[in-house]
Amino acid sequence: MQLTLRVWRQSNPSAKGEFENYDVYGIDKDMSFLEMMDVLNQQLIKEGKDPVAFDHDCREGICGSCNMYINGRPHGPWDKTTTCQLHMRAFEDRDTIVIEPFRANSFPIIKDLAVDRSAFDRIIEKGGYISVNTGNAMDANAIPIEKEIADTAMDAATCIGCGACVAACKNSSAMLFVSAKVAHLNMLPQGKVESGERAISMVNQMDAEGFGSCTNTYACEAECPKGISVTNIARLNRSFIGASIGG
Amino acid sequence: MKLVSKEPEGILSEKWTNYKSSVPLVSPANKRRIDIIVVGTGLAGASAAATFGELGYNVKAFCFQDSPRRAHSIAAQGGINAAKNYQNDGDSVYRLFYDTIKGGDYRARESNVHRLAEVSTNIIDQCVAQGVPFARDYGGLLANRSFGGVQVSRTFYARGQTGQQLLLGAYSALSRQIAKGQVKMYKRHEMLDLVKIDGHAKGIIARNLITGEIERHGAHAVVLATGGYGNVYFLSTNAMGSNVTAAWKAHKRGALFANPCYTQIHPTCIPVAGEHQSKLTLMSESLRNDGRVWVPKHKIDCVKPARNIPEQDRDYYLERIYPAFGNLVPRDVASRAALYVTNEGRGVGKTGVAVYLDFEDAIKRLGKDTVEARYGNLFEMYQRITDENPYEQPMRIFPAVHYTMGGLWVDYELGTTVPGLYAAGEANFSDHGANRLGASALMQGLADGYFVLPYTIGSYLSTQIRAPKVDTQHPAFAEAESEVKENLSALMNIQGDRTVDDFHKALGKIMWKECGMSRHGERMTEAKEKLGNLREEFWGKVRIPGRLEEFNPELEKAGRVADLIELGELMMDDAINRNESCGGHFREEFATEEGEAQRDDKKFTYVAAWEHTGNPAKAKLSKEKLKFENVELKTRSYK
Ligand SMILES: Cc1cc2nc3c(=O)[nH]c(=O)nc-3n(C[C@H](O)[C@H](O)[C@H](O)COP(=O)(O)OP(=O)(O)OC[C@H]3O[C@@H](n4cnc5c(N)ncnc54)[C@H](O)[C@@H]3O)c2cc1C
Ligand code: SF4
Ligand code: FES
Repeated sequence: MQLTLRVWRQSNPSAKGEFENYDVYGIDKDMSFLEMMDVLNQQLIKEGKDPVAFDHDCREGICGSCNMYINGRPHGPWDKTTTCQLHMRAFEDRDTIVIEPFRANSFPIIKDLAVDRSAFDRIIEKGGYISVNTGNAMDANAIPIEKEIADTAMDAATCIGCGACVAACKNSSAMLFVSAKVAHLNMLPQGKVESGERAISMVNQMDAEGFGSCTNTYACEAECPKGISVTNIARLNRSFIGASIGG
Repeated sequence: MKLVSKEPEGILSEKWTNYKSSVPLVSPANKRRIDIIVVGTGLAGASAAATFGELGYNVKAFCFQDSPRRAHSIAAQGGINAAKNYQNDGDSVYRLFYDTIKGGDYRARESNVHRLAEVSTNIIDQCVAQGVPFARDYGGLLANRSFGGVQVSRTFYARGQTGQQLLLGAYSALSRQIAKGQVKMYKRHEMLDLVKIDGHAKGIIARNLITGEIERHGAHAVVLATGGYGNVYFLSTNAMGSNVTAAWKAHKRGALFANPCYTQIHPTCIPVAGEHQSKLTLMSESLRNDGRVWVPKHKIDCVKPARNIPEQDRDYYLERIYPAFGNLVPRDVASRAALYVTNEGRGVGKTGVAVYLDFEDAIKRLGKDTVEARYGNLFEMYQRITDENPYEQPMRIFPAVHYTMGGLWVDYELGTTVPGLYAAGEANFSDHGANRLGASALMQGLADGYFVLPYTIGSYLSTQIRAPKVDTQHPAFAEAESEVKENLSALMNIQGDRTVDDFHKALGKIMWKECGMSRHGERMTEAKEKLGNLREEFWGKVRIPGRLEEFNPELEKAGRVADLIELGELMMDDAINRNESCGGHFREEFATEEGEAQRDDKKFTYVAAWEHTGNPAKAKLSKEKLKFENVELKTRSYK
């Protein structure tokens, strides 16, 4: 295949970015999207140009590093698929593909397609944990947990922290991410003790980071590569309201 | 160099308990004055940093990803072992110990492995308390599965995302300490050198990957939990960023590197599709429980669609050669067998470098629904990557590099040969001998970080309580910093005509061909020369775009590839030296008449630990003799 790539180039956080067009040739339909980007970068380096910077690591859809906004969709055209797992058979010969970073005020651009998602880490630091020191645990089977609850907690826990939900949302809300983490912990007996405080302080931090508010458009769920459900947002709201009223 | 293993005296099962009750302690007041650097935030690093923080030490943690949660550990699928015996199927600490020693082909230290088996149970308790959502049965208790050909069900799992869930647990504990100010987290930072003062590890030089700034960080002790070096083969199941740089720089500063040639090749990965391939994807080993491995009996059939090849023309070679274990033979055996049949020209698929893993019989026997319930997510992943439907045609699989058992030599306390420098997780060599059992890497990483280092590091730190805060103005820091800067400038200034990836691929091809599944002394001697030439070519011809003082992923890769090439040379030395076949190391000259691995326990029951001499082609060997007092050395047989 031969493709035209329209890629966002921005040399540093304060530079004014712009789109550049590049033609790439010899793209195999079995290549992953990032392997196609490798082809582009090898070509740019050989031409003495600056390659396109982007984040990636596992290339297996699990680390949450990759984050390209492809033809107007976070992670591109395939549902429930990260950029690294998207394959070139999703495109036609001679297509033009527009590639941008995940855009949100709370995700400043570092260079080209690489953005700073530290805000997510700071939200987790505000309560995305159960306060138990190493060595303080009781036997793992001491508290049985209904399979259904364990499974639902696991559904929420599979969030990879990629930020597609934020990029998909017209308000740049991080509710899906935050609610997934809160729901995972609050649902389990081990996480109950701190549940109210967790919901409040993580939501407060989300606001402090400048993420927008949730207006229930559900664009996040539609674009989430891990199929995280918006029912988690309802769960978070319940924890939040319950805790606010309670004290 | 004389290697002192520091194994405690006494009965095997009491060593760790005795050690813990006699190891010198550091008082809370003194902990407050002590700084520890932890490089790496995978399972080993994140668990260590969090626990050090909880104990009251001041911790600085480093990772090169944009968040500690993205370390390569996140990708582990299958599960984590622990000797809980929840299934009441006869498991015990001793049995886990024994399986690990035997699985490692008797090339690991008994006392370390026993300790690993002992603390395995605490890991599961800790993880559940953190909220790790392990799989449960309908009674609400934890579920287990059997993994990697062992006879008990001791593997805990969280769907096919066990590594993710365990890492998120460790990351949450780490985040809690970051919030408390006990841990300061340096993300997008890469350690580029170790700093030693008076022979002791006292800090690191790191590059801020966003600004390119070179920074000095001092501490009373340094822990490397920087993962494995499978990417020396270019193609592996490791994440793209996995590399050896931190361990290699430590090696160059005096830490011995042990058993570098022990690599694990995993039999069930999606095969290489073409030159563009950037990494390989693992298909869980559990698939071999129901899938049958075969290739056509006759070369001419290889191009036919699989379903057009009648039963009598198929060679279920694992079932044929190993009737007792069949498709469930250990990883190294299954991998080599696949290599042989493809070498014979009986490989399948476009490239001819693959074998079939077929679910036709399983679907007939169990029904499509059951197969889907068991492997649905894996089938989906396979289809997304290959565009083939494994319900209708067999999967194509081929072995790929997966794990490196070798690493920095450490004693019982996980201390390297540099005082004050520790290594944990895949970065050390300690527990898996010549071959690692499935679901044991996650166990080892968390054992090291949560339960071993927090005790053992106290033995060193108790001698440091009077040491003042490390002064990063010390000439040793200045010297290391200027060496790092010179090295980076040298790389940038080459401005040749080949990309870093060109060199990395060239390196990978040599390593895979000559130091992969099947090795030969003479061929490796030639290959080592090729690596020496590649190293020179790299330093004369590589082209790195951009600038030093900016976000420059090509520069990061270049530094890593430079170190991987040197490591490759050492791996060849180690593999040439080891005139036997054991675990993941198979030498064609040392095989039985039937082509099975032949150990030489008389000559090679030792850990090979290599010292850097200044010339990457001329490392010096020291040996740590392994003593087996509790198990009898046996030949592995799966026929
Ligand atoms: C696909 C796959 C599946 C697997 N499945 C299983 C399984 O089911 N069960 C099992 O037991 N094992 C499994 N393994 C093996 C296991 O995942 C790893 O061995 C283990 O996670 C390694 O953990 P670690 O903490 O030692 O290192 P890693 O998780 O690799 O972490 C390394 C850390 O070091 C940092 N780092 C490295 N170099 C530097 C530097 N120079 N400067 C700063 N930071 C640095 C990185 O940023 C990262 O934080 C699997 C491996 C793969 C590849
Ligand atoms: S909720 Fe989905 S889209 Fe949002 S960070 Fe998690 S995985 Fe990514
Ligand atoms: S690179 Fe890890 S999820 Fe895409």
